[in-house]
Amino acid sequence: MAEFWNRFKNDRLAMGVSFFLLMVISLAILAPLLAPYDPTAQNIINKFQGPSLTHWFGTDQLGRDVLSRILYGGRITILVSVLTMVVTILIGTVLGVIAGYFRGWVDDVIMRICDIMLSFPSEVLILAIVGILGMGITNIVLATVIAKWAWYVRMIRSIVIAFMDSNYIRFAKVAGCSTWHIVRKHLLVGAIGEIAVLATLDTAAIILNISALSFLGLGVQPPTAEWGMMLNEAKNVMTTNPGQMLAPGMAIFMVVAAFNFLGDSIQVALNPKINKGFSTKRYSLFSALFGRRKKAVTQ
Amino acid sequence: MRVLLDVRNLTVTDLRDQDEIIHDVSFSVAENSCLGIVGESGSGKSMITRALLGITNPWLKSQGAAVFKSQDSERDLLREDENSMREIRGKQIAMILQDAMSAFDPIAKIGDQMVETFVENKNLSKKQSLALAKEALGLMNIHDPKQVVKKYPHQLSGGMLQRCMIATALAMEPDLIIADEPTTALDSINQGQVVEEFKMIRQKMGTALIFISHDLGVVKYLSDRLLVMKDGAAVEYGDAGDIFRNPQHAYTKYLIDTRLELTESFKKAMRKGDHNG
Amino acid sequence: MKHYIVKRLLWMIPILIGISFFAFILINLSPSDPAEVAIRVNEVTPTAENIAQMREQLGLDDPFMTRYLTWLGNALQGDFGNSYVNNKAVGEEIAKALPPTLYLAGVSLLIIVVISVGAGVLCAIKEDSITDQVIRGIVFIGTAIPGFWAGILLMWLFAVKLKWLPTSGMTTPASVILPAVTLSLGYISTYVRLIRNNMIDNKRENYVLYGRVRGLKEQTIMKHVFKNSLQTSLTALGMSIPKLIAGTVVIENIFAWPGIGRLCVTAIFNRDFPMIQAYVLIMAVLFVFCNLLVDLGSVWIDPRRRREA
Repeated sequence: MAEFWNRFKNDRLAMGVSFFLLMVISLAILAPLLAPYDPTAQNIINKFQGPSLTHWFGTDQLGRDVLSRILYGGRITILVSVLTMVVTILIGTVLGVIAGYFRGWVDDVIMRICDIMLSFPSEVLILAIVGILGMGITNIVLATVIAKWAWYVRMIRSIVIAFMDSNYIRFAKVAGCSTWHIVRKHLLVGAIGEIAVLATLDTAAIILNISALSFLGLGVQPPTAEWGMMLNEAKNVMTTNPGQMLAPGMAIFMVVAAFNFLGDSIQVALNPKINKGFSTKRYSLFSALFGRRKKAVTQ
Repeated sequence: MRVLLDVRNLTVTDLRDQDEIIHDVSFSVAENSCLGIVGESGSGKSMITRALLGITNPWLKSQGAAVFKSQDSERDLLREDENSMREIRGKQIAMILQDAMSAFDPIAKIGDQMVETFVENKNLSKKQSLALAKEALGLMNIHDPKQVVKKYPHQLSGGMLQRCMIATALAMEPDLIIADEPTTALDSINQGQVVEEFKMIRQKMGTALIFISHDLGVVKYLSDRLLVMKDGAAVEYGDAGDIFRNPQHAYTKYLIDTRLELTESFKKAMRKGDHNG
Repeated sequence: MKHYIVKRLLWMIPILIGISFFAFILINLSPSDPAEVAIRVNEVTPTAENIAQMREQLGLDDPFMTRYLTWLGNALQGDFGNSYVNNKAVGEEIAKALPPTLYLAGVSLLIIVVISVGAGVLCAIKEDSITDQVIRGIVFIGTAIPGFWAGILLMWLFAVKLKWLPTSGMTTPASVILPAVTLSLGYISTYVRLIRNNMIDNKRENYVLYGRVRGLKEQTIMKHVFKNSLQTSLTALGMSIPKLIAGTVVIENIFAWPGIGRLCVTAIFNRDFPMIQAYVLIMAVLFVFCNLLVDLGSVWIDPRRRREA
């Protein structure tokens, strides 16, 4: 664990990105205090102003201050995504640990349910749930959690199983440590690294998903500010004011890129032997699920 | 007898930490002779041959001289460029690896893999290569070469695959064959067969052989000269029979005393194998 | 192998039943009363009486299993009821909208395969070179760009500013370019990495060493590496087909492409439950079948697994 922090702290780029994300999250939380204007305050006379001293990012098609909308929008996009990720990972961890630790029929039951859930394409499921329950940000979160929890249970279960095979857990069991003790002190501590990777990479994916759904108009409703919704509005004025597409798009891009980078960096810091070529979440967990092949002895 | 390969002061350094993996090793291999290289795991025995053939990892640097005197030329293997080495590999110096199962491409038929070796090295057509492959397999006492050639690696046993590798090497008619622990991954019956095949190769074809193993019994059976390796350095070098009878170095004595006992049972298994056919 | 196919097909049956069950339940969770909605569609004010009448007409008070089986029976014949919006047969609407989506997904798949394999192999052969690092950098950026942002940016550049391509609709043959390219962007990033990493892993395998030792040309050895990597990659690529089909929703929305994605989103806005239900059912079934085909394909390609099966 200590080596992980050492390696991580030494990775300057990773530290920079972490700092950036902390700043972004703080901005999101503190938006009401920092935003210069009310994000929904319209001022049609002032519409489509370019960047100026009064409006750092200019104004949009209804004269609203873009900077304030970005700050408030970040609140929704980022905080909601993080919330979704936390809930999904909690469910995934609880069920994954139960399935992976106890095995037996508990594992079988949980796995069967996951299989059924996973045989639905997640996009379709999310659309279906939003379709039934109606639009709005709460329903999107609910839909995302319902669509994704099974995948997490699977992932975390394989992480747990891989850990269970390690000798120090076996030893703890043999030495008579209680289940709860083993789970808390050994399993979670060891697995937390990989779960952290999952968490960061997934936050990025959720941000993309939620903003996409808002872009379609299924998430927040106007006049609430949200990055995806802002892009939707920008699309409508594309012919006259293409510049509107820049701010919200860049915001999403930078935050998602930062989370992706962070996830990769955590992965590398956990296991320096990994091919430094930013292996994708899917690839490296792919091999975790399906096993690695024998390596050549080239020495 | 003419000297085929003359290695002098071979040193292999790991550029990443300046560690000398092989330290100042010298030996020579005469035509039609067999040099056994023994030592424990990590002693560097395989590394020597990899350095000679130029197939080490990019962060390893080889120094010294390795003069290879074939029919028409005399070349220092350590100084040749990649293209020339590729010519030499397979054609003039053939190598047999330790783990036969993983040495072959798992999704290609054995026959195809043997054929491509001949097509590229001997400039034969596919048809001719296939005929050559079947012939070579027959030489290794494989009963049905036509069937074996159509199989995938996972369908054959380790021993069978090992013999396919040997057959491939033989068919190239090289001056020197390097066998890197060919018997280690096999069970004792297969071991016996493979060793007998090497004996036959020596007797019938006159190919020089470098035989690497940690199995002293096999090495004793096949080798003329012996090189004992420990921690990357040569500990003893000379006539095999002399060394076995009268080891000079303490480590050699230790190896012979402790390991030879174990390998006596190998010999027994071999004799049993002889009786059973 | 045949054994395996039969086994998988049989296993499909409970899965399909589960899916149909789930799709049916989904609709029954909707907060609004289908009878009421059906009445409103016909521009009639719902009253207590006509609601009760409609409920009887639609069989809404029948026991659960009866309703499920009736619905299932109809669905199997292609009758998914009528749209709440325009009262047209849902089955027909979906049948009309499916081909454009499949066409879009197909073109995207082509683009994805060509570019991913090309870039992935290039990166693996020139491992750690400048080319490799540049491509990896581009790929990394590609994973962070939201698809819909790329879509509207491309639309602005090529359709509005440069006027090279149409902005929307399925009008000319060229109109598939922008949507297909946008759709493929996200997947290209993933697959370039996948193929590159696969090939690099394979390069470290023992058979590469043996190939070198036999004096084979580097080109020949790389062909072996490539074929091995393709196998694993093909499975992943195949799995992306159903995802592609399901994931056209946003793109179809941006480019006004007349496919099922757009149909579904419109249905959600209009609370058109029969449409949503049919969409879910058909997409799920398609998904399961595609996965089955890809699974069977991947077993067949690998001679080791083909024998086992």
